[in-house]
Amino acid sequence: MIVGEQKPVDEIREMIADYEKILVLGCNGCVAVCFAGGEREVKILASALRMTAKIAGDKKEITEGAVEKQCEWEFIESLKEQVEKCEAVVSIACGIGVQALAEKFPETPIFPGLNTSFMGMPLEAGVWAETCAACGECILDKTGGICPIARCAKNLLNGPCGGSQDGKCEVSPETPCAWELIYHRFKDRGRLGALEEIRPAKDWSKARDGGVRKIVREDLKL
Amino acid sequence: MKLMKSGSNLERLLQEGKFVVTAELGPPKSADADVIRKKANILKDVADAVNITDCQTAIVRVSSIAAGCILVQMGLEPIIQMTCRDRNRIAIQSDLLGAAALGIRNLLCLTGDHQKFGNHPSSKNVFDLDSIQLLKMVKDMRDEKKFQCGEEMDIEPRFFIGAVENPFADPFEYRALRLAKKVAAGADFIQTQIVYNVDKFSQWMERVRQLGLDHKVYILAGVSPLKSVGMAKYMKHHVPGLDVPDALIERIGKAENPKEEGIKICVEIINRVRKIQGISGVHIMAIEWETSVPEIVERAGLLPRPKIA
Repeated sequence: MIVGEQKPVDEIREMIADYEKILVLGCNGCVAVCFAGGEREVKILASALRMTAKIAGDKKEITEGAVEKQCEWEFIESLKEQVEKCEAVVSIACGIGVQALAEKFPETPIFPGLNTSFMGMPLEAGVWAETCAACGECILDKTGGICPIARCAKNLLNGPCGGSQDGKCEVSPETPCAWELIYHRFKDRGRLGALEEIRPAKDWSKARDGGVRKIVREDLKL
Repeated sequence: MKLMKSGSNLERLLQEGKFVVTAELGPPKSADADVIRKKANILKDVADAVNITDCQTAIVRVSSIAAGCILVQMGLEPIIQMTCRDRNRIAIQSDLLGAAALGIRNLLCLTGDHQKFGNHPSSKNVFDLDSIQLLKMVKDMRDEKKFQCGEEMDIEPRFFIGAVENPFADPFEYRALRLAKKVAAGADFIQTQIVYNVDKFSQWMERVRQLGLDHKVYILAGVSPLKSVGMAKYMKHHVPGLDVPDALIERIGKAENPKEEGIKICVEIINRVRKIQGISGVHIMAIEWETSVPEIVERAGLLPRPKIA
């Protein structure tokens, strides 16, 4: 899923400084699952904005809303009336949701209340980690189901660098070395030979480096 | 005599079976050519070839190729270093064509330290290739006259190709296998991470010999004189992948003259690694202490160095 983290309230306050009627809009998809942008977080952020406005003596009218998915036209259609009643929207969906709203309601400024962090999953309560980099050409079959593109700081394809120590990445002692994990996965399977093969240079044109990506499926077109 | 791949002095000496000495020169953090010349003069008659780091620890310095070019002008033989951190395959190949055109004949290929440790931690890294893919690319440029994309070239850059390996990083059991990958990808010589733990290094070399790699590649053991107990502790705790035994830290700590003790330890380590089967030379990395190199080389009985042909 997409994992995000709410921006500091002060940063959001700066964005909306010139507007009075503000709609705080959540998304009940990924960002709700990671407790960053769902209905519950909308309530908390809206209260914080009301409170800080009151303390500062700013006149603000903060309303609240949420949809199932801010990244699909059919769900955001229903927001028309709510959006038209306000001067600006703070969306705490991911960057995809913010852009979808901005596209649908070009007259209204849509501000991001969230930093879209990465694609990953919860490891335990309160901890999320990045696991996929959407590089466009999955190699998990060759790396024991552990992605070095997303989980190695240098996205190495031929084994760990010289900074791997005690199973940790040189960049942070909090981060497991992806190649240490891959090594042990293959070792446990009795298939270490797989790591002797030289993996050729990656074709990054299928990743972001090839330009903005788009998928067209003729079989699904109406 | 075997056909030379690059014609470099380093390649020739290794081919002749000489025990070689390479040293490291850290370029300055300013456009000061005199610093490079001064350091080069210190290393001139004590090292067979001189490594020039490529913005090591991700700190901006004079480029390895530019500094290497100054060394060529001075009659020294540089080993330029190329990391995967700052350049994609287009920039690397372009810079290597230029380096070869400027008369540089030795190249060391590395992954590169992450920029988090440097002076521009907010920069974007590249890592288009990893070090093994980089080795393969420069070997194909030299031996197949082909760019990474497969296109052919008229005049190929002829480098004596080096790689690094860290016997002290984890997983330890995989380190010799990774060296085998580097050899298969194109490495002609290896310079290892700094050796302080000679016993562990010997264990790694045993594995290297089991794989027959000592017959396929020249291995130079990395050494570095410790200046103080503070430096020893820093290297143990803050430099990823370095193994500094406590006994050494204690020894430096008790010494009346830590610098002298550091040089003494370095010479002892050289004498020990020299005896390990499959070691073809030493690579002295005296970090911002190039002046210690002549004394280390002399006390290790490695002078005079053979004249550059």
